[in-house]
Amino acid sequence: MNKSINQIQDEIIEEFAIFDDWMEKYEYIIDLGKELPLIKEEYKKENNLIEGCQSRVWVASELKNTHLVFTADSDAIITKGIISLLIRVLSNQTPENIVKSDLYFIRKIGLQEHLSPTRANGLVGMINRLKNDGLKQLTT
Amino acid sequence: MSEFNIAEIRNDFPILKELIHGSPLIYFDNGATSQKPKQVIERVSKYYIHENSNVHRGVHFLSDQATNAYELARTKIAQYINAEQSQEIIFTKGTTDGINTVAFSFGETLKPGDEILISGMEHHSNIVPWQMLCERKGTVLKVIPVTQDGTLDLDAFNTLLSERTKLLSIIHISNALGTINPVKHLIEQAHRVGAKVLLDAAQSIQHLSIDVQALDCDFLTFSGHKVFGPTGIGILYGKKEILDPLPPYQGGGDMINQVSFEKTTYNGLPLKFEAGTPNISGAIALGAAFDYLTSIDLRGAFNHEHTLGTYLRARMREIPGMRFIGEAPETSCTVSFLVGETHPLDLGTLLDKQGIAVRTGHHCTQPLMKQFNIPGTVRASLAFYNTTEEIDQFITAIERSLHLLS
Repeated sequence: MNKSINQIQDEIIEEFAIFDDWMEKYEYIIDLGKELPLIKEEYKKENNLIEGCQSRVWVASELKNTHLVFTADSDAIITKGIISLLIRVLSNQTPENIVKSDLYFIRKIGLQEHLSPTRANGLVGMINRLKNDGLKQLTT
Repeated sequence: MSEFNIAEIRNDFPILKELIHGSPLIYFDNGATSQKPKQVIERVSKYYIHENSNVHRGVHFLSDQATNAYELARTKIAQYINAEQSQEIIFTKGTTDGINTVAFSFGETLKPGDEILISGMEHHSNIVPWQMLCERKGTVLKVIPVTQDGTLDLDAFNTLLSERTKLLSIIHISNALGTINPVKHLIEQAHRVGAKVLLDAAQSIQHLSIDVQALDCDFLTFSGHKVFGPTGIGILYGKKEILDPLPPYQGGGDMINQVSFEKTTYNGLPLKFEAGTPNISGAIALGAAFDYLTSIDLRGAFNHEHTLGTYLRARMREIPGMRFIGEAPETSCTVSFLVGETHPLDLGTLLDKQGIAVRTGHHCTQPLMKQFNIPGTVRASLAFYNTTEEIDQFITAIERSLHLLS
């Protein structure tokens, strides 16, 4: 049985609780970014690209049985690290759960600034894309 | 006026004492906006506490007082940039508004085929209004190329300049590269073919002494917030004989003489270009910003900036993989850079976590970034309240960030 979206979010919040300074937190995010399995080169095409003002994000989704599997990449490593957290939370879940998910972990681990309009790093677009891909599965 | 004393100067800017993510703020994003001295902040509150009223309207005491303060600010700014008369100073919302005013009003005098000349290092605000004008009027936009070190291609400039050129609209100091353009020379050349010149002084008014009569520019515009004043206020300077015959940009209150449904006549300068209730507190506080500049040892401040710029570039050169975007012989204390393959957003994010404010991205100069084939840069832009100690901490913070990212 897969862990639920909220179980994974709570795990991440717990992992981040051990960091007492910003740089440690970012060191961890950067490491996650470096570990993120890259998106297949064939998916790195225009319609999978989410253009941010400052960094670019590619996302692809694939339906495996009843679950959606996401892969993604970015040209900025911190963006990539945050993407890897989002994928950990949302990938391998049912479209229905993806669509109704509340991604509270972002705020809890102090990364909400990355979703602010001034960051314009494609992350907001990415979350919309993940949920939209879920929605598409529900409506087709 | 006492000699430039960095500790005293820093004391005038309350925000410099802030802690950001637990570290003392190092504010290296002055190209985006400058911080405000307490003299400016206090002037805004004094206005709202004691003087608030509409200008050019009422017969009552407060309105008179507000009008006097507003017009006094105009005079101070005229004196600071050495305009011949204060009616040549128009209050705008900022540089973008100033450029749009010229693009509309001066643009109305142009015919299809007339040419506007800009450069490859312009901010979007000095590109898009001209493209809109060209669509409206059938004028043609020409672009002076920028060489790989970030200087203007002067040979190309001479070739592009012709009798068809009606306006040269050019950035004085590049916001993205720090290049100081040889504007005196450009203005002289442009005048030879009868073209007028608009100078975008958004990045130069705070770093250089500007004398509009010595430069002989026809228009000059800048934003108040980049020169230690409030946001939402700016200046468009124009020579009186050029502004006088131009049609107004926007219609509304204050800019009229007589209004009837049959015919409306317009006010004279400068109010013809100030439709509606202006940013009164902004204008008065901008006057206070210029009072501040004239009260300090400005020459000492500019020398200090020069020292900072030289020291910053020298220290940055010590970092392996450092690549300056823009290495013109004449630069301001603004440095755009990339290190190795590091994404500017990653570096900017980690510097922020260490209390350092820089700008990352394309700096509203996408055509320029495209020329250098980069998505953007990290930009450190300094002001006279910055210090060499801050530069040392900046270098350490870059090294620490690169270590994490490698």
